[in-house]
Amino acid sequence: MNSTLLRTTALRSALRASAPKAATRAGLAGTTFVRGKATLPDLPYDYGALEPAISGQIMELHHSKHHNTYVTSLNNFSEQLAEAKHKEDIQAQIALQPLINFHGGGHVNHTLFWENLAPTKNGGGEPPTGKLAQAINDGYGSLDAFKEKFNAALAGVQGSGWAWLVQDTQTGNVLIKTYANQDPVVGQFRPILGIDAWEHAYYLQYQNRKAEYFKAIWDVINWKAAEKRLK
Amino acid sequence: MTSPSYSLPPLPYAYDALEPHISAQIMELHHSKHHQTYITNLNAALKTQSEAVHTADITTQVSLQQAIRFNAGGHINHSLFWQNLAPASSADAKTSAAPKLSSQIKSTWGNEEKFQKAFKAALLGIQGSGWGWLVKVETGNEQRLAIVTTKDQDPVVGKGEVPIFGVDMWEHAYYLQYLNGKAAYVENIWNVTNWKTAEERFVGTRADAFRILRASM
Repeated sequence: MNSTLLRTTALRSALRASAPKAATRAGLAGTTFVRGKATLPDLPYDYGALEPAISGQIMELHHSKHHNTYVTSLNNFSEQLAEAKHKEDIQAQIALQPLINFHGGGHVNHTLFWENLAPTKNGGGEPPTGKLAQAINDGYGSLDAFKEKFNAALAGVQGSGWAWLVQDTQTGNVLIKTYANQDPVVGQFRPILGIDAWEHAYYLQYQNRKAEYFKAIWDVINWKAAEKRLK
Repeated sequence: MTSPSYSLPPLPYAYDALEPHISAQIMELHHSKHHQTYITNLNAALKTQSEAVHTADITTQVSLQQAIRFNAGGHINHSLFWQNLAPASSADAKTSAAPKLSSQIKSTWGNEEKFQKAFKAALLGIQGSGWGWLVKVETGNEQRLAIVTTKDQDPVVGKGEVPIFGVDMWEHAYYLQYLNGKAAYVENIWNVTNWKTAEERFVGTRADAFRILRASM
């Protein structure tokens, strides 16, 4: 616990330390633009803590390699975007949009995903309560019926992507939506609960039997985190 | 009311024949499970479509189009892909098996290394699942080469486009062996590229390239 806090503190200090540099550079450009770098968040549990639903090897690669690459690439392209803005190069700014969407989406999606999971000893798999339980029952009849619909949505992803339980910010209703590749849940919808349907999320353990992964992951879903996101 | 039914084309080599560049475990799952699933789902969608045509059910026909595109694409892409690979020790895996194609690659990209570099960049730039292809584009009497990437299982089936060789960039194509190191997979696949097939597709017609599909009906 202490080491986590220390690391977090160190990280924040590093962010603060890098901020003046960015400010100076932006200051030279005649703007007041200040930007921090995205960083890989620590997992709130050990790599092996979600076994047997998700293997420790998958979690380690997924977090320390895949997520980290999105973070590194996002920082790289954000830097280029800042440069393009500074030069007022509109074409370059437009060309960078899909890269920001992809790598920024990858960072956002995975950050939310880690919070959506919990070891069973820490409440993983325990059904939702309160307002979210009510909304799911109203919309889908029961939690089991909801899981069935959600798994069908996951199975229907053609290629890489995610399925999300989202909240429509206009109506307040919850619904299941799928997103291609790393498209993040932004705009009209608020992310409540996401499941990664990229092959790297399950292949080492489940290979082509992805339906088994979709079934098993509910054992380690952190519904408490989902409840906190619902407004 | 009969609809065509496709079947899994046999691999022209053993599952372990591409080792160490592509593991036998990957080849076996990729061929016997992934490719088979596209075929199973394609046949089911075609059967439903056939019934919907028979009953003049236009809404069902339209709603099936994406499933047909995806699963037929998966069948087409993988059928072409297996033929694009050959054991590293075979004569087919040498660029000397593709004299005409090599010549046009050189005149298009300067040299083989530059071509491979451009192809690699295209493959690594794919966001999500997809394929990279070297394509012969025919316009009138002229033909040129182009590197194209496609998403998910979208096949290269456009008019005047002949797929010469493709590289599967879905994670299932390399993950068990290369994990997140997809650049190494892209580099190693040149060791098992079937240049003889590439040459045949380059000098042949579009119909020639897709002949494998008729053979597996």
